Amino acid sequence: MAETTTHVAEPTRRDFLYIATGAAAAIGGATLVWPFVQSLAPDAATVAAGAPVEVDLTPIAEGQIVKVFWRGSLIFIRHRTADEIKAAEDVNVASLRDPQADAARVKEGKPQWLVVYGNCTHLGCVPLGQQGEYKGWFCPCHGSVFDTSGRVRGGPAPTNLPIPPYAFMSDTKVIIGQEATA
Amino acid sequence: MSQHPTTYVPKSAFGQWFESRLPVAGLVHSSFVAFPVPRNLTYFWTFGAILAFMLVSQIVTGVFLAMYYTPNAGMAFQSVEHIMRDVEYGWLLRYLHANGASMFFIAVYIHIFRNFYYGSYKAPREVLYILGVIIFILMMATAFMGYVLPWGQMSFWGATVITNLFSAIPLVGETIVHYLWGGYSVGNPTLNRFFSLHYLLPFMIAGVVALHIWALHVPGQNNPTGIPIKSGKDAVPFTPYATIKDIFAVVVFLIFFAYWVFYMPNYLGHADNYIPANPAVTPAHIVPEWYFLPFYAILRAIPDKLGGVLAMGAAIVIWAFMPWLDTSKVRSTAYRPLYKQFFWVFVAVCLVLGWLGSRPAEGWYVIASQICTVYYFAHFLIVLPVLGFVERPLPLPNSILESVMGVQKGGAGMPVGANAEPQSKG
Repeated sequence: MAETTTHVAEPTRRDFLYIATGAAAAIGGATLVWPFVQSLAPDAATVAAGAPVEVDLTPIAEGQIVKVFWRGSLIFIRHRTADEIKAAEDVNVASLRDPQADAARVKEGKPQWLVVYGNCTHLGCVPLGQQGEYKGWFCPCHGSVFDTSGRVRGGPAPTNLPIPPYAFMSDTKVIIGQEATA
Repeated sequence: MSQHPTTYVPKSAFGQWFESRLPVAGLVHSSFVAFPVPRNLTYFWTFGAILAFMLVSQIVTGVFLAMYYTPNAGMAFQSVEHIMRDVEYGWLLRYLHANGASMFFIAVYIHIFRNFYYGSYKAPREVLYILGVIIFILMMATAFMGYVLPWGQMSFWGATVITNLFSAIPLVGETIVHYLWGGYSVGNPTLNRFFSLHYLLPFMIAGVVALHIWALHVPGQNNPTGIPIKSGKDAVPFTPYATIKDIFAVVVFLIFFAYWVFYMPNYLGHADNYIPANPAVTPAHIVPEWYFLPFYAILRAIPDKLGGVLAMGAAIVIWAFMPWLDTSKVRSTAYRPLYKQFFWVFVAVCLVLGWLGSRPAEGWYVIASQICTVYYFAHFLIVLPVLGFVERPLPLPNSILESVMGVQKGGAGMPVGANAEPQSKG
């Protein structure tokens, strides 16, 4: 091998210290970002306010939709008529954008009670009840259409109206915010 | 600012003492007094000054409004009514601020389309231009958060719809939205942080504006011919020529502004926003402020949530790529006969998109929005790159002076000294 006049300098202890200092500063800085970002999360009071709410179903007439709030989110409780239940069940599930059978969206033996979140899955507006092509809901903001099971049937909404966790305490009382424990 | 050496020497002894310690007077002198300005600038070049004025106006009115406003979901609406009814001249401060936002956007859209028409975004002004795009995005964020603060129905549902845009992000979308809200729905924590950010962002805008002006002073201003200053005869000094012209334009703009404030202060707003926020009912026709309508139409044109959000974002971000999408060597559309037609079609498409954004999302409105959205993107992705190759531009003048005074033939027909450098005239 020919001798060269230039040679690569060996890393020195100073180079190591520069890199170590820089790395410590970068990691420290990144770590300090965490509490700032985390402070934006729903705070303890908001989480605590998310305790389950009980709703008495007796005053809800057949065909009526009632709005309640849980954790600040709007929830529809719909007392469905026999026709509405039939319309929801007589659907070719495979043809839906977000395929889900009606039976999977209500509690067993209680097909007349539909409990869904009340904000459109597109951009969060409140759809209007008993309207639209399927007489379920119609969102006035961007034209999403939902059927009597709260499933998306048209418009820009990507998914069905989600089902919040809830359970029947008795035939006339539901608790929203917790699943049945039994 | 650093490109043109200043010969500024303060007259007073104190001025010289101060200048040798902090040369700020020299900076102002070289940037806003001696700075060479193309002699053929039209009033379209006064909108920078109008925008600077509007930014200051918004900050001043906003600082005072913040003294009387309460950023709490239970009190915000009442505090705005308190400003309107109880605070001395509170109505004026609020109407100046609310209409000022619209005036700010009118001015910025004229400024942006002037830039599109005269090719100001092209080399060597790419960084200057991209800083402008960043300012525009910051303005949109500021305006949106400001509109939420009165906590009326449009405030609440506007906040819900816009923050829900982020829920379109796969996997982490829902978590991001909960972090934006500070809860599980738009509520008091959301209002609190929006107020904080609405106060912060204008000062970030001011910072980027400083960079924008700095970047402007490196290559200097573009002009209606698009050709650079070649000699002193092409330019006039900023003061008095541009200074006086800018002040005159600001005054005329203020008359226009005052007309809105004093004669129809609520015309650009929505009646629904005088109803307190109600999370159980969405207004029947929810539309954003007029300055967001074209982008809103693009959002609704795409029958897919994520796709719509991406298209809306891309409609603005694509601006930042214009310096490289436009392949024409000629800056000014005045010398581009083909592009001139496409430019006005593009302006028309943007206006139609704005109108469609105000219509309900149904029937042929949706189809028209889709056609316009396709054309909007085609303008950037097809028209701009292709025209540069196929278009035959008109001959450019040799200089700015020639474009103003005509081709010189030994001075015949022109008084002696008429084409002299203006600053050398008595």
